Amino acid sequence: MTALLEVENLSRSFGGLVAVKDVSFSLRAGRITALIGPNGAGKTTCFNLVAGALKPTSGRVLFEGRQIDNSPPETVCRMGIARTFQIVRPMREMSVLENAMIGAFSWTRNVSEARSKAYESLESVGLAAKAQARTDQLTLPDRKMLETAKALSTRPKLLLLDEVMAGLRPTEAAGIVGVLQKLAEGGLTILLVEHVMRIVMEVASRVVVLHHGAKIAEGTPGEVVADPKVLESYLGAGFHA
Amino acid sequence: MQKKFDRGLERARWLAGITVFAVLGLVGLLANPYVISLMTIVLLFTFLGQSWNLMLGIGGQLSIGHALFVGLGAYSVGVLYVKYGISPWVGLLTGMILAGSVGASIAWLSFRFEVRGIYFALLTIAAAEFARIMFSGWEFVGAMQGLFFPAPTGGIEISMLRGDVRFYYFVALALAALGVIGTEFISRSYLGYVWRAMRDDESAARALGVRTFQHKILVISLSAATAAAGGGVLALVQGSIFPDSIMGMGLSVDVLLGPVVGGLGTTFGPLVGSLAAIPLNHLMSALGDSLRIPGLNNITYGVVLISVVWFLPDGIWPAIVRLCKAIQAPPTAWLWQSRKVEE
Repeated sequence: MTALLEVENLSRSFGGLVAVKDVSFSLRAGRITALIGPNGAGKTTCFNLVAGALKPTSGRVLFEGRQIDNSPPETVCRMGIARTFQIVRPMREMSVLENAMIGAFSWTRNVSEARSKAYESLESVGLAAKAQARTDQLTLPDRKMLETAKALSTRPKLLLLDEVMAGLRPTEAAGIVGVLQKLAEGGLTILLVEHVMRIVMEVASRVVVLHHGAKIAEGTPGEVVADPKVLESYLGAGFHA
Repeated sequence: MQKKFDRGLERARWLAGITVFAVLGLVGLLANPYVISLMTIVLLFTFLGQSWNLMLGIGGQLSIGHALFVGLGAYSVGVLYVKYGISPWVGLLTGMILAGSVGASIAWLSFRFEVRGIYFALLTIAAAEFARIMFSGWEFVGAMQGLFFPAPTGGIEISMLRGDVRFYYFVALALAALGVIGTEFISRSYLGYVWRAMRDDESAARALGVRTFQHKILVISLSAATAAAGGGVLALVQGSIFPDSIMGMGLSVDVLLGPVVGGLGTTFGPLVGSLAAIPLNHLMSALGDSLRIPGLNNITYGVVLISVVWFLPDGIWPAIVRLCKAIQAPPTAWLWQSRKVEE
């Protein structure tokens, strides 16, 4: 299997602070990979580097063999990488359906084509019934799913999810896990930045652990939780898998 | 299903639009010359308001210097016609191309160097003031003395866009109608969706693949070009062009009053706003003259503006729509019901 995305020796500093330090990993097509780590580990920075929202200080990001780390976010998106935001950002004055349509305009100019793609995206995250609602009428889990639907409308090959499960109740999170598993079964590659450990164990086939900006472990969820370095730095002494 | 619901609203909108323009057409045929010339200005500012509205209401870019584009349109028509006898049609086209390019250049420079939001708005004022001062000192375009169109002969000449008061009323009406249709058309096209997304959240739009740099330049240059068309006709209607009035801050403010009072980002807002603001201004100015209270129009204007912003912050037109929806609540609710059943 070839890697869809390769991150090579990626570093990024803000002034004197090194947020991401020499991180390398690769994503295989059709899998769910999780990027985890304690607060301030550099997860979101790493995520933004891949999404084109930040430029790396050094290192490279390759997507399907092409270097993308110097491309602006709209170009990265058009190449097939879609992202969500940690803090949900619906277009406030537009309906749920209209929000979901925007992404489709990256590959079509036909409004009705965009609309049917938007319905399809909303359908796949279970929001189709609320297509005409205003975004401020949505609950938090629904808004998180709207973010995902917006990203899906761009027809991505790789979906980057920034803490989609943060702040949700376990039952709500379980619904999202189901959606993600179905998307991965459909052939989509997913990179998920996540805090909620239990969910990562359930949904990810590979886990990359960051700590203080550096990668400290990588492997299957089982391998990672057994790793003493991970236990020590991230999960704390009290965690027993 | 949903389509049925949309179609009901759709029909109501078309009906409203056609009725409004039919009434305005009748006004042009029946009203006296004073009302007609007042309404001509209302309609021209409706069109200018729509052009400005495209930029802020849909594209999310604030301009407080639209007088620049209006002035470029006016001078293009004026210079070509007065100096060389070239048809205003050519002048309008020239003005649109000129203003569109100037708008695009300002936008390009500004966004290239990450000047945005309120700083971009300040830049538009600076550009307009720069042009006003330049034109005030430029002998070739008449400097402070201005440019005067020859007095109309009375006959209607479509090829030279010359005619009587009524003729210009219908020209202005046609422009306003074009503005409404154009705004509707753009709002429903992919440009409308992409621009609204960019307005609501630029970085989120970029993450969804919207090339906001290009789109911002496009919306600004389109707004500039249409403002120039309005400016060209305004110059013909007024019969003269003075840099201080056609490129002054006052005109920039007049342009944005209609959409702000009527409803930002809506198709009919600029029309409703201009209909409310301009006649009121004229009325109060006349009243102020007869009561010997100079400045009464400005005071009233200010009071009305503050009241609208205070009580109807999203403008008069959205308030009317809300009222209509409240009245029509039962049929709307019924449509929602039927939609659920079909699903």
